[in-house]
This record gives sequence, structure tokens and C-alpha cells, in this order.
Amino acid sequence: MADIIQKVKNLSIGFRSKKGEEILILKNISTNIKKGETVGIVGESGSGKSTLALAMMGYVKHGLYTVGGECQFNSSNLLKLKGKDLEKIRGRKIAMIPQNAGQALTPNLKIGYQIDEALQLHSDLDEIQREKKISELLNKVRLPSPETIALRYPHELSGGQQQRVAVAMALAGTPDLLLLDEPTTGLDVTTQAHVLELLNFIAKDTGTSMVYVSHDLGAIAQVSDRIIVMYSGEIVLEGPSRDILKRPIHPYTHGLLKSIPKLSLAGLPESMPGSQPQPGIIQRGCSFFDRCSFSDENCKNNSPHLEFLKDLNTSVRCFNYEKLFKEGQVNQTVNKIKNKSQDKEILNLSEVSISYAKQKLLDHIFNRISDDNPTVKDININIKKGETIALVGESGSGKSTILKSIAGLLRTKDGLIRFDENRNLSSDLKERDPNDLRVIQLIFQNPDESLNPNHTVEEIIAQPLKLYFGLKGEELKKNIIDLLQKVRLGEFYTSRYPRQLSGGEKQRVAVARAFAAKPDIILCDEVTSALDVSVQAAVLNLLQQLKEDFGTTYIFVSHDLAVVRAISDRVAVLYQGRLCEVGPSNDVYKFPSHPYTEVLLGAVLEPDPDIKPKLVAEDIVEERPPEKGCSFQGRCSRIVGDICKKEIPPWQLTDSGNAIRCHIPIKELQKEQF
Amino acid sequence: MKLDNIYKEEKKSAFAKLSEIIFTMASRPSGLIGLSILVFHIILAFVSPYIAPHDFKAIDPTLMLQAPSAEYWFGTDDLGRDVFTRTILGGRTALTITFFGSLIALLWGGLLGIFCGLVGGKIDDVVMRIVDAFLSIPWILAMLLIVSLLGTSTEVLIPALGFFYGKGIVRVARAATHDVIAKDFIVSARARGHSNFSIIWNEIIPNVRDAILVEGAMRWSWMLLGFSSLSFLGFGVSPPTPDWGLMISNARGLMSFAYWAVIAPIVGLSSLIIGINLTADAFAKALGIDRSTKAPV
Repeated sequence: MADIIQKVKNLSIGFRSKKGEEILILKNISTNIKKGETVGIVGESGSGKSTLALAMMGYVKHGLYTVGGECQFNSSNLLKLKGKDLEKIRGRKIAMIPQNAGQALTPNLKIGYQIDEALQLHSDLDEIQREKKISELLNKVRLPSPETIALRYPHELSGGQQQRVAVAMALAGTPDLLLLDEPTTGLDVTTQAHVLELLNFIAKDTGTSMVYVSHDLGAIAQVSDRIIVMYSGEIVLEGPSRDILKRPIHPYTHGLLKSIPKLSLAGLPESMPGSQPQPGIIQRGCSFFDRCSFSDENCKNNSPHLEFLKDLNTSVRCFNYEKLFKEGQVNQTVNKIKNKSQDKEILNLSEVSISYAKQKLLDHIFNRISDDNPTVKDININIKKGETIALVGESGSGKSTILKSIAGLLRTKDGLIRFDENRNLSSDLKERDPNDLRVIQLIFQNPDESLNPNHTVEEIIAQPLKLYFGLKGEELKKNIIDLLQKVRLGEFYTSRYPRQLSGGEKQRVAVARAFAAKPDIILCDEVTSALDVSVQAAVLNLLQQLKEDFGTTYIFVSHDLAVVRAISDRVAVLYQGRLCEVGPSNDVYKFPSHPYTEVLLGAVLEPDPDIKPKLVAEDIVEERPPEKGCSFQGRCSRIVGDICKKEIPPWQLTDSGNAIRCHIPIKELQKEQF
Repeated sequence: MKLDNIYKEEKKSAFAKLSEIIFTMASRPSGLIGLSILVFHIILAFVSPYIAPHDFKAIDPTLMLQAPSAEYWFGTDDLGRDVFTRTILGGRTALTITFFGSLIALLWGGLLGIFCGLVGGKIDDVVMRIVDAFLSIPWILAMLLIVSLLGTSTEVLIPALGFFYGKGIVRVARAATHDVIAKDFIVSARARGHSNFSIIWNEIIPNVRDAILVEGAMRWSWMLLGFSSLSFLGFGVSPPTPDWGLMISNARGLMSFAYWAVIAPIVGLSSLIIGINLTADAFAKALGIDRSTKAPV
């Protein structure tokens, strides 16, 4: 067929282990990319999706080698091309947009110069034409005032703008194929939605084929015409985007869609057991066998082939896809969580402000912090025993900062943190007594960093047990095994090191360590955002179960509104370190909302081609909060006049007990948003 | 690729870990050469008093500056002493003093560096500026001052060398600590309320130990060179104890016609230094902290 621009044929890529065994990262991959279509490759970390995308531009990572097969582009095998021939294709015919544009741009060269470099390499334009082309490109990626942007350095742009520049650079060579490796993963929710919308526009406008690699089904759903689902180095499902998202006929995709929290459903989704096997482990049978709820004896012994179903235009690697086909659409069921909070207040923040300003000499002497416009200001929250409260906001909203102050890791400027109705907690660790330290424990975002790589699981969990309870010997061991069982890990994990565990297992160990202290409050800092999608629901379910068993209170920080919806009883929305809206989670997710909440809710990406994000506000990034007036004035689309710029908005209560801080009366907000 | 050792790995005893590291070191030619030279020198230092063919301090004017022969393998020096005997004995003092000197340097430099890295702030600033100030003093001048005030006994030389060579380790240890200090497991330990001592001992040392050990091994070879320079200048070992630096210094004037008296100690000294350097390099590679590896991508 003439309209196929890249043909991947029986591609296998692998590496050699220390023992000399050949271990495959990609197993016999065949697919075609057609002209003008956008293909989404989705998979968890380690599924081989990035390796496949890189192979499509003729690149194999150091340490890996091509075992067999080819990547055909313009009738030449990219994996065999060398030097000059490859240079002619890369950048000119196939361009790549990296995950982190901030790191991909050279920090000490101006934006315009960097795009010019790409143009010099990949086009035959002369200097004057190039200059015109630069502003044309910057215009195309919708950067405001291209002339001034071209004269700036990368660090002067926000993450979203940097990503746009990367897109502009990739378009410089007018490529036929654009490879995007997780291009929106590091961006804020609102920015992410804007960048995806831009990519959609470019795909239509230029007719460029795109390969969009991501772990995020929500993002994939917004851009792709066709989806390839990868698992453990194999294609398990390939077909038209809508069919795959609506009626997935492979158990992995089916389970995945079931386990992703959705905005429309309050409660915890079902979780998928286990985690993706490491490369080289599966010798026989289907690689999804032990996690599959449709498997039988046949799946254990024989590996299924990728079967093409003509009437569905879909390829599937499963023996039992018919069962799923009969089941039809994904019926997501959730376990509704009950709000079991008691009336007793366990933690109260009143008038808390936190400043990152550098202290002057005088301030040092008087031991005070002087800053008129602190990063976090006027935080008043009271948290009841046994509830889960979520702090939500984009990066820079101060949510983690507040968490640090509660943990005693960051000094507050003003305000009081009161524990258990009568104990004032100092925001300085050294002034807290050991019991105050014990009752508040932290779980971090990235378990790779929160577990000491040189300690075994046993040593990790033993630390709080030894420190707070002075346990030793048999009793210590018994407690450790007990805790491991509570987080559903077996006894044999005690002698393992963190590097031998999967992401989900590591996070379970971190959870066990937090619970070892028998705390009253656990601070969860983005605990699921570093985890794979299929593991996320399992960790959320575990946290919920433990909470019910122990009556713990969670303060949950996240940027993911769907996850927050699933687990929290109450939500506090923050912008620039100021509270915008506080209320029961059911009400925060319903209108009327604070204009910022409205923006956030509109930008959430759902794995459903029918739900498009609503882009309400500009994706400007503000560096510091405004001196006066409403914190959201810079981006608000519902601004009512001077009052927003001068006066701090009042708290208004909705009928359901939801507090919104806005100058617009609730009634009007309700009218406008419905 | 580190993937393949992820699956099967049990907690190992310290001995098993050490033997694995040594095995990895010896599997590279440069590591094998370095290790063999180092082990050879250490064994020699232990057995040389028993195998020395002559008395190292026997002066015989009739045998002055004899060329190498069957009786005197490396010839004799200007006082008629056997160069072979003196060469195999000449490394003992240097090895012992610098070994303990390096241990002291490692200990105080490492701990101070880790402490500064952990506490940061003003204490760190002040301590590091003091270290910088000391780094700016030429060490050999300072050593000469100490030695001329306190004498050249071992009790003076070991701590003095340990002090001057530990300054550099402070910086390395501090930098290595900074790499781990921002990680969440340290934050987590702090939030739990562990003492600084416990954080250093349990959380930081296991993660910076490798980097500091490698640095210490490199320092050992530099210190050896430094100590031999002191001897060469006459401030190290006092005659008639045989020492390479001293021997080179004595024989250098006669080099044009009695080259053997100077070549033997030079070979001894440089082979030991090369041996230690190669071993330290292989050690770093075996631990996975190789600075010369290719950038990933």
C-alpha cells in the first residue's frame, strides 16, 4: 500500500544478561504507520513502548541490540542505515519530541537560535527565509509574540512553553512522521490539555503522521486514531481508538480501563492483581497469565498469537477474547467509600503562612521571618479524626509545602498547628517531643527515593519500630512480618533490597513503614503518581483498607483530580498557596465551583474519546502570588472588575456546605457554570 | 544494564560481598595487575626481615659501589651496604605509616565531610572555609614545620600525614553526602525524629561509604609519594633504617656511575604507587562508581 509510511516488521530487540542469556525487550513486533494518522502506543513502564518508538527512528539504546526484524521507512531499513544516510532521515523525515523539553533544550542558547539550528540542518532556506520561518513556526505552536520568545532563553519559559518550542523545532524539518515520547507527562493538568489540543491541531493542519507514546490512557484517548497496547514487550491489542477504549477485547486493557479512577464515579475502582513481569521471566505461556481473570490451562502453557479480526479491524493476543467481546462495554464498578470521620478534631491549621524568602540579618537576630507576600498564606483547615482530606492544585500551589510544615520539616511564618484539640505543634522538628513525631507519618511520591537502597525491607520497617517502641529480637521480627502481611507482602520480602522490588511493592513497603509507627495522621504526598496505572488502584485500595482498620486520618496531596475523587472525603483546592475552595468531595466536583476548580475539572483527561477537556483559562504560569486581591486574578476568565484585583474575596457557603472564596455570588456562579 | 541481577539476590554476608568485589576487580587485566603488585608488596613487607640475605646496616668500605653480582644482586651503595636487602626492607616503614595515616585521614575527613553535608548552613560554611584555608597552605612546608618542632617519630608522622591528607576527603565526603541528603529517605528519617548520629550511621554512611573508600585508596598512594618526599628531604625515616626516599636521596649524586643504587628503590616506590592506583581504580569500577563511563543515551 502506498499510504504506509513506516513498516515495522517482526522487530525484536534485546540485551544480553551477565550470564549470557538473550533477554528480549521487544518480541516480534509488526505494525504499520499510515500517512496522516496518529497512533497511540500505550503501556506501563518496562513494556517496551519507548524502545519501539526509538527503533522507529533507527535508534537502539546503548546496551541493547537488534535481534531480528526491520523498521522500513521509504523502503530502507532504518536499523541498518549508518551515518549520512541516517542523518538525512532523522529530523527531516522523522522528528522526535522528547518527554522533558526543559532538558532537551540547550540552556545557554536563545530559543530563536536553537530553532534556526534545526532549520539550517533540515531545510535549504536562506537566512531571511529562515527568520520568517522561525516566527511562522512559533506562531503555529501558538506561542504569544514570537519575536520576543525567539530572543529568550529556555529557562525564561514555562514547562508548557518549552514543550511548544520542542514541537516547533520538530516541525522545522517538515517531517512526515513525528514521534512523541510522553510529551505531556511532566506538565500540569491544565497545560497538558492545552498541549494535546495543539498536537491535534498540528496533526490536522500539516497532515503529519504521529506516534504518541504514553502510559496515560487519558492523553492517548484525546489524540490518537489508532491505539497499540503493549505489555511485556509484546503488542497485545491493536485497533481503532474508539473501539479499544469503549470495548477492549484484551483482558489487560479491560482491567486497566476498569482500574482507572474516573471523575464521574466517586469511589475506589477495582484493582488489578500483581504487576508486569520483568523481561526474561516468562518462559512459557501468556505473559499476562497470572494477572488475568479469564485465563485457563491453555493460557498457562501456550502463548497466544496476535490474531487479526477482520470485522473489528482489530488485532488481539488472547485465546479468550470472545468472552470479553460478549461482555461488551467496560462496566466500571467502584467501592463507595463511607465517610467514617468522627466529630473529634485531630488537626487544626489556623492562619498558617509559610515563606521561602531569604532571611535578612536582622530577621536572623530576632529569629523571625519577614515577608509580606509569603508563598502560602491564610490556611485555615480543620481535619476530623478518621477522614481523608485532599489538597489539590497544580505545581506551585503550595500543597506539598503545607504538608512539610505539618510534618515539622519547614518552619511556618505565622499561624498555629494544633493536634488533637489541645496540643500546639511547633513547626520545628527539634521542638516536638517524640510522641508528637510518631503520630504524624509521611508517605512519599517516589518510593525509589524514599527507601534507602542499602537497607533490606526488614531494616527499613524496623526503624520506626526500634525508634518509637524500642522493639528487639523476636518481637521486632514478628511485628515486621505482621506489617508486611497487612500490606499484602509475604514474609520472604524481609531479606530483599528495594531494587529487587517493583514500584508497587516498594510503595507498599513505604506504607508499612508509615503504619509501623501506629500514627494518627498519615501525610500522603502524591503517593500514586510515580506508580504504573495498573498498580495505582491496588495501592489506593490498600490505603483505604488500612484506614478502615486503624482509623487513621489521611492528608492526601495530589494533582490528579480523578484519584482524589476516588479516595477523599473532603477536598481543599489551592492556588498559589491560597485556599480557593474547601468542601465535601461530592460537592467540590459539582458546580457551582470556584473558577479555578472549574478550570481544573475541565482539564482532566479521561480515557474516553467522547469526553473532551474543556479549556477555560489560558495556561499561563504565574511565578508568585499577586500582592493584593484574589490569588486567581491572573488567569480567571470570570473576573468581575477591579474588586478582584484589590480585595481578597470573601468565603461563601453553598447549600451543601461547600466553601468558595470568590467575589462572584454563588447564585451567579451557578447560573454561569450550568 | 543492571536488569539481570534484579531478580535473584539474597542478603550477603560482609565476607561474601568483599570476595565478590575482589573477584570483580581481578577479572579486569588492570585490576589484576594492580592487585598482584599491591599484594606482592604487602607480603614482601611482612617477610622481608626473614629473607633478607645481608645485614641492612653492615658497612664495609671494601665493598663500596659494587656493580650487581651473584652475591649482591642489586650491587652495593656508597657505604658498601647491600642494595637488594635495603630495597626489600625499604618499603616497610613507608607502607605502615601511610596505611595508618590514610585510615586517620579517611576517618576524620569522611566524618567531618558527612557531618557538614548533613547539617549545612552556618556550621558547614565556617568549617568548609577553614578547610579551604588549610588547603591553601603548601602541605610540605607545614609538614616540615611540624616535623622540625616535634621530631620524626612515627607518633608524629602518622597523625600529621593523616591530618593533611584528610582535608581533601572532607570535600569528597561532603559532595557525596549532598547527593543523598535530598533524597526522601533522609527526609523521612528526619521527620520520624532520628538523631543526627543515627541518620549519619544508618542512612548516609551506607550510601557514601563506597565513594569515600575509593577516595581513601587514592589518597594512600599520594601519601606514599608525600612520605617518600619527606624522607628524601631528610625529614622522614632517620638513617640507618632503610627507606626508598632516603636511598634515592643518598644515591642520586652517584647516579652517573652507580645507577643501580638509585634504580632499585625507584622501581620499588613507583611500582607500589602504580599498584595502589590501579587497585583503587578497579575497586571503584567494581563498586560501580566509575567516572569514566559513557553518558547514558
